[in-house]
Amino acid sequence: MRKRPLLHTAYSQDFALFGTAVQRTFVLVGLLVALAMPFLVQDDVLQLLGLACVTALGALGLNIVTGLAGQVSLGHAFFLAIGAYTAAALAGDPDGRTIGFGVTEILVWLPAAGLVAALAGMLVAPLATRLRGLYLAVVTLGLVFIGGHVINGWSELTGGPGVGRQPPAPSLLGLDLNTSDAFLTRDQKLYLLMLVLLLIGALAARNLARSRVGRALTAIRDRDIAAGVIGVNLARYKTVAFGVSSFYAGCAGALLYVGAGYFDPTSFDLLLSVQYIAMILIGGAGTVSGAILGAFLITLLPRLTREIPSLLPFISSSPAESPNAYQLETVLYGVLIVVFLIFEPRGLFGIWIRLRNYWKAWPFSY
Amino acid sequence: MKDLLESVLRGIGTGSVYALLGLGFVIIYKATRVISFAQPSFMLAGAVLVTYLAGPLGFFAALVAAAALTGGLALGVERLAVRPMIGRPVFTVAIITLGIDIAVRVVDNAFIGLDVRHVGDPWGLKVFKLPGGIVVEQRHVAMVLTTAVLIAALFAFFRYTRTGLAMRAAAYDQEAALAQGVSVGSVFAMSWALAGALAAVAGTFAAVGGSVSESLWLVALTALPVIILGGLDSLPGAVIGGVVVGVVQEVTAAYQGHLPWLGGNFSVVTPYVVMLLVLLVRPYGLFGTREVTRV
Repeated sequence: MRKRPLLHTAYSQDFALFGTAVQRTFVLVGLLVALAMPFLVQDDVLQLLGLACVTALGALGLNIVTGLAGQVSLGHAFFLAIGAYTAAALAGDPDGRTIGFGVTEILVWLPAAGLVAALAGMLVAPLATRLRGLYLAVVTLGLVFIGGHVINGWSELTGGPGVGRQPPAPSLLGLDLNTSDAFLTRDQKLYLLMLVLLLIGALAARNLARSRVGRALTAIRDRDIAAGVIGVNLARYKTVAFGVSSFYAGCAGALLYVGAGYFDPTSFDLLLSVQYIAMILIGGAGTVSGAILGAFLITLLPRLTREIPSLLPFISSSPAESPNAYQLETVLYGVLIVVFLIFEPRGLFGIWIRLRNYWKAWPFSY
Repeated sequence: MKDLLESVLRGIGTGSVYALLGLGFVIIYKATRVISFAQPSFMLAGAVLVTYLAGPLGFFAALVAAAALTGGLALGVERLAVRPMIGRPVFTVAIITLGIDIAVRVVDNAFIGLDVRHVGDPWGLKVFKLPGGIVVEQRHVAMVLTTAVLIAALFAFFRYTRTGLAMRAAAYDQEAALAQGVSVGSVFAMSWALAGALAAVAGTFAAVGGSVSESLWLVALTALPVIILGGLDSLPGAVIGGVVVGVVQEVTAAYQGHLPWLGGNFSVVTPYVVMLLVLLVRPYGLFGTREVTRV
């Protein structure tokens, strides 16, 4: 049996946390590397990795509603924005230019941001129970525009476009994470915080996927009528999917700009939503590891494309000339989506499956 | 009263541009059951082509040439990226078109560059003065007339030509059409080309009286609420939805000064608000076919 890890003989194997021993090893090694990172790389790279962890948290959320439950949402940026501004308002400076209540404790503002976003998600969910497929996609796209209008206009909260405001200041149980001290620098502390939050989020998402709720959501994705017939309450589970997904988005939104130290209401636009869709599709829709890999790839992509002008001299690094690295970066988002969906719909996860199967059967092709 | 009438007339003008865009979306949807999010990029491509061609060819010849070229571009995109996906879930194909849109739009923007580019139209901001002191911009009249001519041509095409009949048949039942000898593949290609050409015309008219800029694609996104409002698979719905959205938008723009709590530029988001309100009452839009679900 040990040589045939995919041969499941009991339901408990089907719902195990890790499908195979290899998978468990990979996760453990990845975890060790991630924990060693603060001592291996420079602080600016670490900041980027921290951002990737938070982005992955948001992608996990979208993965629940789109990958698991099959409800296409182009409105993820809207929920990210709700989380970001709830947290920023709670933790903001009470005497500042923008609304602030001065609660810097992360254990307060992070769940609060998630809960407010989840509430918004559950308010949107009734639309999802009435609409199907692409109608829902366009309606959620409408949310981004309406939300964008509100946050661009509400300058007491958001600082207004072009001005922006500070993200929430994180302090954990009285320990200030926003400044460097003798043991760890600011970026190291923030990275570790975000890594731990990502781990909690990933574990929760995986547990959700293998529970009763997760199976109900998968049933809705695969065929909603059949799911309804076998007794899945469509309205209830779609509401759960939107609520949980928006909770993740709210938490991710709250932390998204902590590293950068500044954010602007115009950043929550359609492109942000599309980037999240790209992450889960490139990573592999419906899988936790896929969503995380996709988020890391998309977040690190700008950094990689910035290196390209030194390799290909005809691509300029100045934004005034074309073709330049920024254009290349945007084109790459688009092309990556198209190429992955045409050639490998299961994403990075699917590439891994193919590689594994190839070597498992080597030297035979089947 | 004068303000109201003027804004309604303006709304019919801009609404006819939305109607053209909406028709493109609906034609693709009827043929392939996919919302093509690539339409904004084709619209921008058409407008940019006109800015380059209007100098040597003159506005009207440039418009025709740009429509043909954009139709060709759409044809190529369909062949390369959408045709291999036949039989896959429509959501996947829709996201592919989103990817195409991002990539093509970067190329469009590179051709716009940092200059201010005009489409070289003969109307500019000139106006007609009607009795009663009502002022109508010439460009809006031109938009309505062009749209009316194109809609008439389209309806004649679908009604009287062999290809049009084939397209209607394929939209009605793909397998039955296939069995009767209709080449469904060329129907897909034809619908993408038509939609591309319509988007090019719409893009050009959206840029008349202003300049071609990156933000033009937001106009194309307004066509999404339009088609949802009219019903995804209804050609008359797209036209009516376009005019309704255009009028609501312009009337809101004229009166939003009285409602400051809605915030500046509220008219930009009115299409989405109207869409949400209509969908709460009618989930398949005003004229869309109600989906019959069988177990």
